[in-house]
Amino acid sequence: MAQYSWPKRGTASLIGTEQDRIDGLPKATGMAKYAYDINAPEMLFAKLLGSPHAHCRIKSIDTSAAEKVRGVKAVKTMKEPGNEIRWQGDHIACVAAESEGAAAEGVAAIKVDYELLDVFVNEEDLEAAERAGRAQPLKPDIKTPNEPGDDDDEDEFYNMEFDRLFSEAAVVVEGYYGVPVISHMCLEPHGSTCEWNSDKLLAHLSTQNVSGTASQFGDPLGITADDVTVHCDYIGGGFGSKFAADAWGVIAAQIAKETGRPVKLMLDRDLELKIAGIRPSGFIKVKAGADSEGKVTVWDSRHWGTAGPGAPGNVGHGIIPYVFNPPSIRRQQIPILTDTGPHRAWRAPGHPQACAMSQTAYDDIAAKLGIDSYDVFLRNLPKPSTPEQAHRDEIYRGEMEVAARLMDWKAKWHPHGKGNAKGSIVTGLGMALHTWGGSAHNSTCIIKVHPDGGVETFLGSQDLGPGTRTVIAMVVAETFGLPISAVKVNIGSSRYPASGPSGGSTTVGGVSESNRRGSQDALEQLFALVAKKLQVEPASLEAKKGRIQVQGEPSKGLSWKEACSLLGMKPLEVQGKYERGAEPSPLSSIQVGGVQMAEVAVDRDTGVVKMKKYVAVQDMGLIINRKTAASQIYGAVIMGIAYALFEERIMDPKTGAYVNCETGDYKLARLGDVGEIVVELYEPDSEYKRGVVGLGEPPVISPGAAISNAVANALGVRVPVLPLTPKRVLEALEEGRA
Amino acid sequence: MKAFEYAAPLYEADVLELLSAEPGTTEILAGGTDLIGLMKKMIITPDRVVNIKEVASLGGIERDSLGVTIGAVTTLDDILESPDLDDYPALKQAIRCINSPQIQAQGTIGGELCQRPRCWYFRQGDGLLAQAGRLVAEGENRYHAILGNLGPAKFVHASRLAPALLAVEASVRIIGPGPEDETIMPLADFFRTPRHERQREHVLEPNQLLTHILLPPVDGFTSASYEVRHGEGPDYPLVAAAAALRTTGGLVTQANVVMGHVAPVPWLSASAAEALLGRPVNEATARAAGEAALVSATPLSGNGYKVKLARVAVQRAVLLAAGLETGGF
Amino acid sequence: MQDHEHLERHQPGFSRRAFLRGSGAAAAATALATGPGVAEADEQKTKVVGPGPTKIKLTVNGKPHDLEVEPRMTLLEALRYKLDLTGAKPVSDDGSSGASTVIIDGKPLSAESTLAIDCVNKKIQTVESLGGSKPDPVAKAFVHQDAMQCGFCTPGFVVAVRHFLDKHPKATEAEIRAGLNGNLCRCGTYANVIMAALEVVKGGK
Repeated sequence: MAQYSWPKRGTASLIGTEQDRIDGLPKATGMAKYAYDINAPEMLFAKLLGSPHAHCRIKSIDTSAAEKVRGVKAVKTMKEPGNEIRWQGDHIACVAAESEGAAAEGVAAIKVDYELLDVFVNEEDLEAAERAGRAQPLKPDIKTPNEPGDDDDEDEFYNMEFDRLFSEAAVVVEGYYGVPVISHMCLEPHGSTCEWNSDKLLAHLSTQNVSGTASQFGDPLGITADDVTVHCDYIGGGFGSKFAADAWGVIAAQIAKETGRPVKLMLDRDLELKIAGIRPSGFIKVKAGADSEGKVTVWDSRHWGTAGPGAPGNVGHGIIPYVFNPPSIRRQQIPILTDTGPHRAWRAPGHPQACAMSQTAYDDIAAKLGIDSYDVFLRNLPKPSTPEQAHRDEIYRGEMEVAARLMDWKAKWHPHGKGNAKGSIVTGLGMALHTWGGSAHNSTCIIKVHPDGGVETFLGSQDLGPGTRTVIAMVVAETFGLPISAVKVNIGSSRYPASGPSGGSTTVGGVSESNRRGSQDALEQLFALVAKKLQVEPASLEAKKGRIQVQGEPSKGLSWKEACSLLGMKPLEVQGKYERGAEPSPLSSIQVGGVQMAEVAVDRDTGVVKMKKYVAVQDMGLIINRKTAASQIYGAVIMGIAYALFEERIMDPKTGAYVNCETGDYKLARLGDVGEIVVELYEPDSEYKRGVVGLGEPPVISPGAAISNAVANALGVRVPVLPLTPKRVLEALEEGRA
Repeated sequence: MKAFEYAAPLYEADVLELLSAEPGTTEILAGGTDLIGLMKKMIITPDRVVNIKEVASLGGIERDSLGVTIGAVTTLDDILESPDLDDYPALKQAIRCINSPQIQAQGTIGGELCQRPRCWYFRQGDGLLAQAGRLVAEGENRYHAILGNLGPAKFVHASRLAPALLAVEASVRIIGPGPEDETIMPLADFFRTPRHERQREHVLEPNQLLTHILLPPVDGFTSASYEVRHGEGPDYPLVAAAAALRTTGGLVTQANVVMGHVAPVPWLSASAAEALLGRPVNEATARAAGEAALVSATPLSGNGYKVKLARVAVQRAVLLAAGLETGGF
Repeated sequence: MQDHEHLERHQPGFSRRAFLRGSGAAAAATALATGPGVAEADEQKTKVVGPGPTKIKLTVNGKPHDLEVEPRMTLLEALRYKLDLTGAKPVSDDGSSGASTVIIDGKPLSAESTLAIDCVNKKIQTVESLGGSKPDPVAKAFVHQDAMQCGFCTPGFVVAVRHFLDKHPKATEAEIRAGLNGNLCRCGTYANVIMAALEVVKGGK
């Protein structure tokens, strides 16, 4: 078996270059087909009835009027009388009809009687949650240099210990910070187009989990996964929310089976926001003490938030304070159960909230001491704690230097609230840093080399947006010494070898692993054939510029086509397989980080915040495609600007209704809102050598804290809760004056 | 969307014939940006939709000695590009604030004035006056009214052009219900705060039609609009203001100050105008106008910040109308 | 209390203006010249169609199509489900996302908030017309600048940029940032879209 490796730095022809996406034109010209775009003959259109109430019990459901609506072909209930509803929008019934309009009319004609139950949705008010019995405090997690003795009362010991630590601190900051719930808001909503061919189901599902969803259809439909094909060539956004077939996928398949007609069920926008996933909120009360240089010595915090009706999914205490690791920490997590739609993974689960809840406090320490935030962050950089993180503090330091240069930080920085105002406009700088795992997921591919020189690869992966097809094509083409256009990439079907779901920044690592392994193994077999023909040692061969030749001697070799003809009649099929194991892989690794800096301008009279400039420096191990890698960072920063300045789920406190659940009301950043963005891919030799590490999530972590810190630097007042809307900015200024 | 009958008449009189006197049974389609979405959500469920864009007399912009006449189905981008309206900068600025080329191209001036409120309770089917106003008062009201909100109506009027048009003293021509019925009324009289669910935010009967917007000659008026917007794009402003001023010898002789997105109707402020009369326009008098405009504000539980914003919007609109620096972005 | 009611009523002299009442010969001539839509100009009464399906003709990307649509069918549904032109995407219902942008008679409109029956006798151009064997420079610039991730907003953005640059072929970066705010992207491709638009202004690649 070959020794798997990446080309030595500087020798690759494709790896690490900037390449256009191979599926760019179909996407740009509307030819790419998403689940929403699949049209089958005689197709029906299905819509869900979602509960109008957040917490209620169903007394009765009457579908008779809906069945009579012209064009309605099927009405199916998905809940029964007696069932309790725990969030607004939860699916109650499904209507399939000849048109979208008729389906909506059918849904409106379903009559449901509800018994209303008490509603609690106020995630920010901890005391209200405690009163309502909705708070579930976990045991505080405590770390101090001194441990209680056997005879000590633990609580008393720690209370005294923390009092002592705070009394010894040169500066103590008490802060409140928060990040409300946001929705995934995938532009292509969740859903599928399902069609049956006798007893076999073809589900065109909008999914980030092509290889893992077939059995989710099989079970409830009374068939097995071998009779299910899940297909998804393109997916219009997922961000962590599209791993499952979901009840609405299954009901579409069921109705398709019963009516004998294909069924398209894509969630309406309001239901997409209400039921298809949210990012949990996080609110924190912090007391932090530091020495006179801003090095934090003691951290004491309680944080709470909601992930919906259940506790799991909330921001864990393990990443509080975020990245930093002061010697003494007491931290408590308090999940709050609310009558709101359940959480789903959202790009770097927990990290953006943790970062915005804690690196803001570090910045407030700089503000209180009147020293440069940059220096405070530098002094608090964590010491390496794991082998994968061996150089982490060095990397952060290097990234901070690069970021500061790109931002011109030293020249622009001013003490908090002390900048030169131009009328009502003040400007400020803020920074934050982040970390993420990003290990490769398990992935299997089949590399097929045809005797006529054709090359293709098959794997049940998907392109969530990072340019998966292009990355795969680059890896295979690099290995074979071919141009990218010579490689046909087949992904998006559960019929292909299984590859991991696209979550946790694992895809580029995973598909690079399997395809590099498979194509290196395939090449070895081709080398053997060519070596025999040329009467040379296989080890002396290389694949380069469309030829297989003796290294450095193009005249001694065969063209790719000639070499493949040695295969005879049968194509060469090689499995490329990567499974995470105990041993580190030579092709991929884990742990990345990044440093980001924001420059904002704030109108003190209106509270409007504008992005002036944003710098993102990011490491990611070895870079496959510099172009799409940079796009991931641009995108993450813009998504970060959205949750820092614009987006939040707004709930009616009494009814539990999600009031801003339409596109026009759920505010996101627009093209004119993003300012200048500078992206720097940080790839020193130490990182290149580590192989591929995932990138999708990490750069979305820092913007909340960085932008909040920049606004605090501009105003001299902390706006505690994101997004930094004019309302919150003005209210913070008002309070700062009082 | 409920199934409906459809007609696209060619003449004003035919439009009237196709409209029903019964509220909610017929709807008028102009640009469609608001109506289609509301029909899809089954918030509005007419039996018949009457498309008025084929009525030739309802389109276009004409200027003569009496001023400028704008047909109700004239699109916002056509208004923006019309040199005939260069003297009404408040109007053009308000259109530019609707920061979406698509909505500027699709939206019509008549539709813009008649669009339904953005109140999220209304748009989720709770009705315009949502439980006699309680739902708003006790609920999420960060974007709701801070003036004129003591009755059941607590939404803010959605129109973004109304403040500018009111500032320059526009009138509207209304026809129907009968084929010979024709009224020209000041735009200020067109809007009203509904008292019950069957009323709309304007005085039109269901079988009447707004046909034209009439602008008097500028005659020395300088005008400007200012919106406080959270971000770019077509999103509605947090508050808006328009001002039109006439000055003699550096002193204000006439002032019209109108706020948008603060009340169930576009809000003309006589107090703000009074604060400017007989004085020069400067930072201090503009600020005083802003203060005066909000003296009687009655903010709800979550929208007190809008009082401050509205003051600033008035101040900046006044300064802008006088050709002075406004501050801000 | 109602401050606004105190404003002095200004009564302009508009009542003297002669309005076309839509019954005279001049009005009829204008209407004929602009095209009669669904209604028949030579009939006394306006034709009322629906609520059931009715036959219409739509001209899309230069090709006429005979369709049967209910009046409530949006142009977006007609394009996607009747003509299988799925480039325009359903994201919002009110034109706030720009994802369904098509060019109708030279203007960028949202197909989601336009009725199909309202597009009779109009020239409809969809994103598909910017592809094919000779892709439009805007589409090519989007690929070259990687102005897409999931790609769901991309076709609407390509159409919007094409229209914007037709109107402002020499647009500056500031004008691009000010003029392309009708389209929503969730993945965050705006920075790349700006670069793509600039690439086209500078002559493309």
